[in-house]
Amino acid sequence: MTAAPVLEVRDLHVHRGGAHILQGVDFTVAPRQVTGLLGRNGVGKTTTLLAILGLLPATGSITHAGEELVGVDTHAIVQRGIGYVPEDREVFSGLTVAENLRLAARTPEAAERMDLVHDLFPILAERRAQAAGTLSGGQQQMLAIARALLNPNDLLLVDEPSKGLAPAVVIDVVEALERAATETTVLLVEQNLRVAARLATDVVVLDHGQVAHAGPMADLLADPGRTERLLGVSTVSGGATPQAPTQEDHG
Amino acid sequence: MSTFVLLVATGLGLAGLYFLLAAGLSLIFGLMDVLNLAHGAFFALGGYAAWTTMDALEVLDPVGLRFLVALLVAAVVGYLVGAVVEKVLIARNYGDHLAQILLTIGLGFALVALLGGVYTYDPRFLPQPDWFAETTTLAGARIPNSRILIFVVAVLVLVGLLAFLNRTRHGLVIRAGVENRAMVQALGIDVARSFTLVFGIGGALAAVGGTLGAVFFNGITPGLGTTQLIFAFIVVVIGGLGSVTGTAVAAVLVALTQQFGNFYVATGAGDVAVVALLALVLLVRPQGLLGKAAR
Repeated sequence: MTAAPVLEVRDLHVHRGGAHILQGVDFTVAPRQVTGLLGRNGVGKTTTLLAILGLLPATGSITHAGEELVGVDTHAIVQRGIGYVPEDREVFSGLTVAENLRLAARTPEAAERMDLVHDLFPILAERRAQAAGTLSGGQQQMLAIARALLNPNDLLLVDEPSKGLAPAVVIDVVEALERAATETTVLLVEQNLRVAARLATDVVVLDHGQVAHAGPMADLLADPGRTERLLGVSTVSGGATPQAPTQEDHG
Repeated sequence: MSTFVLLVATGLGLAGLYFLLAAGLSLIFGLMDVLNLAHGAFFALGGYAAWTTMDALEVLDPVGLRFLVALLVAAVVGYLVGAVVEKVLIARNYGDHLAQILLTIGLGFALVALLGGVYTYDPRFLPQPDWFAETTTLAGARIPNSRILIFVVAVLVLVGLLAFLNRTRHGLVIRAGVENRAMVQALGIDVARSFTLVFGIGGALAAVGGTLGAVFFNGITPGLGTTQLIFAFIVVVIGGLGSVTGTAVAAVLVALTQQFGNFYVATGAGDVAVVALLALVLLVRPQGLLGKAAR
């Protein structure tokens, strides 16, 4: 018997700036694993995450642990146990690292989980008094992930965690997400197929605002023609082999 | 030399008023993206709340104590009016700038008319301790104590506001919200509660400014805050949206420029110089002295 999905998206429609971005998206996210949300640029991956968070008006249905999220305020959605690591980090540049973390701490467990976060990213403890805006891109990404890990969420929405990062930092980030995935469910938007392949068990591929493929990641990787058609990348050259990302991934 | 010192002292007193009026405006605009054109009316409302309190507590002696009570009552009235306005009028119009402008302009006119109807348009003089009218000699200049008082109150408010913003969780939420409101919500924080708080604080600061303005301008009239609002907006833009320290620095710059221009060049030249200063800052540093560049 399969476990009930943590997240269920049904007939999701979102309009942005007059454009019909999501045109009836349907998918589910199974518990305790990473589900990759993939697709070419502009197909609506980030829009999907923003709609789940209530940051964009949407129609249709999004249920988390059986409760409807459409029409609920963003802060209330997050308080139900959904963490968010945004594209481009969006750390508060004028606040220190410690203040960014203090702001994110919303549960009683956050105080003890601070040790876990510092264990995962020791640099954040060293830079705790530094303004977040002066951190490197990689350190900002670590801070953005740390904010989401500080509370015991049962779903993490992670948007392009490897974007613009040096390969060595990508490995750190991937390892942190792998560790996070051992205790929570992750919905991962990722352009880097190699990173997505290493982390994700299942995959949902969007195309033209609709789901073009959903299933195990291994099935997608086993079909190079479909991968190239939907994602514009080839798996034949080894670019999607599920192993640690390398320098070439970020050229 | 004594004239120069006197101009600086008077300028700093005026800067205190500009700061009190502009600090709330800056936080409201920076955090909530709301241009509150009724803010000047909050200033006048504070002056009249203080006047009414002074009038009602005539038996309370000494006058200094009565003035302190009136100042606190004005702050509470300003907070409550600000919070109620946010909840009732502004909350349902976030993101709709035209509606906000029309609403707050209308509210400003209505409040001024209401104050005029209740108190008439003649100036109401606030009873003050004799000490206010006395002078303190500094570097040969005889500076009215009221100017010193206004400046000291403004500095205390600045210190208190910075302590609130830097040392409390509400302050942390507000600072983060000024930078990226959506991300604060995405951390599970109800920003709407902070909006009400900020609007209330803005109202309280304006009302304290109105009380002290009644001292500075020798009386309060319904339209006094509205006439000062343009300078408060200039202070907000020069200081940088959402920056309390920037607002304080800009308030001093604007007030001193105005005082020196009006005295050494010609009456009215100071106001023109302030507009020139605004243009210069917008050309060189559009985000204001301590504001963050728009992303």
